[in-house]
Amino acid sequence: MQRSGLTGSRIRERRMQIGLRQSALARTVGISASYLNLIEHNKRRIAGKLLIAIGRELNIDPNLLSDGAEGTLVEALREAASGLAERAEDLARPEDFAGRFPGWAGLLAAQHHRIVALEHTAEALTDRLTHDPQLAASMHEVLSVVTAIRSTAAILAEPGEIDADWQKRFHRNLYEDSRRLAESSQALVEYLDTASDGGSEGGLTLPQEELESWLERSDYHIAELEGNGGADVNGVLAVLERQRVSSAALVLAASYLSRYAADAKAMPLAAFQFAMTEIGQDPAVLATRFGCDLAAVFRRLASLPRRAGAARIGLVECDSSGTLTVRKPVEGFSLPRFGAACPLWPLYQALGRPMTPIRMRVAQAGRNPTIYLAYAISQPATRPNFDLPQMFHATMLILPEDVAGRDDSQPVLPIGSSCRICPRADCAARREPSILTDGF
Amino acid sequence: MGKRVLLIEDEPNIIEAIRFVLSRAGYAVDTHSDGSTALDAIRVKSPDMVILDVMLPNRSGFDILRDLRACEGTALLPVLMLTARGQKKDREMAERYGASRYMTKPFSNAEMVSSVADLLGG
Repeated sequence: MQRSGLTGSRIRERRMQIGLRQSALARTVGISASYLNLIEHNKRRIAGKLLIAIGRELNIDPNLLSDGAEGTLVEALREAASGLAERAEDLARPEDFAGRFPGWAGLLAAQHHRIVALEHTAEALTDRLTHDPQLAASMHEVLSVVTAIRSTAAILAEPGEIDADWQKRFHRNLYEDSRRLAESSQALVEYLDTASDGGSEGGLTLPQEELESWLERSDYHIAELEGNGGADVNGVLAVLERQRVSSAALVLAASYLSRYAADAKAMPLAAFQFAMTEIGQDPAVLATRFGCDLAAVFRRLASLPRRAGAARIGLVECDSSGTLTVRKPVEGFSLPRFGAACPLWPLYQALGRPMTPIRMRVAQAGRNPTIYLAYAISQPATRPNFDLPQMFHATMLILPEDVAGRDDSQPVLPIGSSCRICPRADCAARREPSILTDGF
Repeated sequence: MGKRVLLIEDEPNIIEAIRFVLSRAGYAVDTHSDGSTALDAIRVKSPDMVILDVMLPNRSGFDILRDLRACEGTALLPVLMLTARGQKKDREMAERYGASRYMTKPFSNAEMVSSVADLLGG
């Protein structure tokens, strides 16, 4: 069934609404009643002049009869149906459903979107609950104090004599613990408030998150550091300081901005964008053109101003321990907030093979996985020294396929976000059970 | 003299409360608060059973339990694990490492006395 099948149902609905007989409409627009019947039952496609004529007779904009407005709805229904493979046959004709019951179809699509949004929220909260050291410590503190209070209060409340000295001691303990409980509960609530606001001013957000929150506001493009007027890193830092970010976040920002300014100087915005139109966006070709290393080109590609409607480009970086030091998220590619990421990421493969460029098509596990083209490279982060371990820094560029171009000749590597929230059952790289399959 | 219980826990007021209820129930209670020296304390004090907190300073209760089970002299020592985390993963780990019983904070005093009595055979 073609998507335009929906148009037939709408024609029928509109015709019946205005009380026009099928044969009368068919005659007016110059087709047989049986052909119109096929159209109305979505057995024949309709477009062009005939659609315009029918629209005119039904006194309705032909665009409203066509499937343009419903395309999104039908797509949403398809997406919702894709999660139920065992009922694939029953759910194979979303156009018919949307055509016959547009209200119910709209409700179903809206609820599907809501479910997907809630799933993402649940994943993020689960990630926080299982990996956030601040939250784990707060919860442990609260539960420990509650345990002490419960045991002590029970001793005092139970029948039987208690020595006066013990009684005094337990009363003092109760008082101390109740104060501790008030303080630890308040700290926990403040922390959760800060987290739910997504704010960076509460003092309980990690410095890296403060920086990321600030970068997010400009979509990771810092206009003040572009152009020929000379990059004013200190000026940008002063702006950040006025926004009362923490001193630790300022240290991270200084390093990030200096590197940004150096990249912008080596690959000026206008020249870089021109080169992309001239020689394409292959990072290796661009690196050769500008005489820069691959990691710098990855960063530059991820910091370009985004055209309206264009897909976002993601970027992650890690140090030698595998800790993510830069996280520019991209829709459909989940980045863990705490703890380690999926070991299958090309980022980590690059870390294990320094100076070897890696390019792979990847897709994260999920209801409707999106395919990305990932480029990764690991480069020395410290100068060679016989007395110190060599440090490396890995960088991975994440390009949605509508930016990178689709290449079905290459296989797609299934990956995850982090083991805790990854549903893949048989994964050789798994290091801990998933709460999605094993529960909390 | 009642049977000897070694309580390895780092919260002073929990220690005080447990020590009181177990002493009142007729047990001799020793305490220890540091994870890194807990094994030495068990060897020296040679208790009839151990109450072991999971989240201890310097060393996890699970690591201590694993070492206890690996040692011939303490492989069968009754161990009651305490934790503030009621996660399935922790329960599974406690069972895998050989905990005799597992108790999640906050617990009741009656529950504590009853568990100790069970593990020490009444």
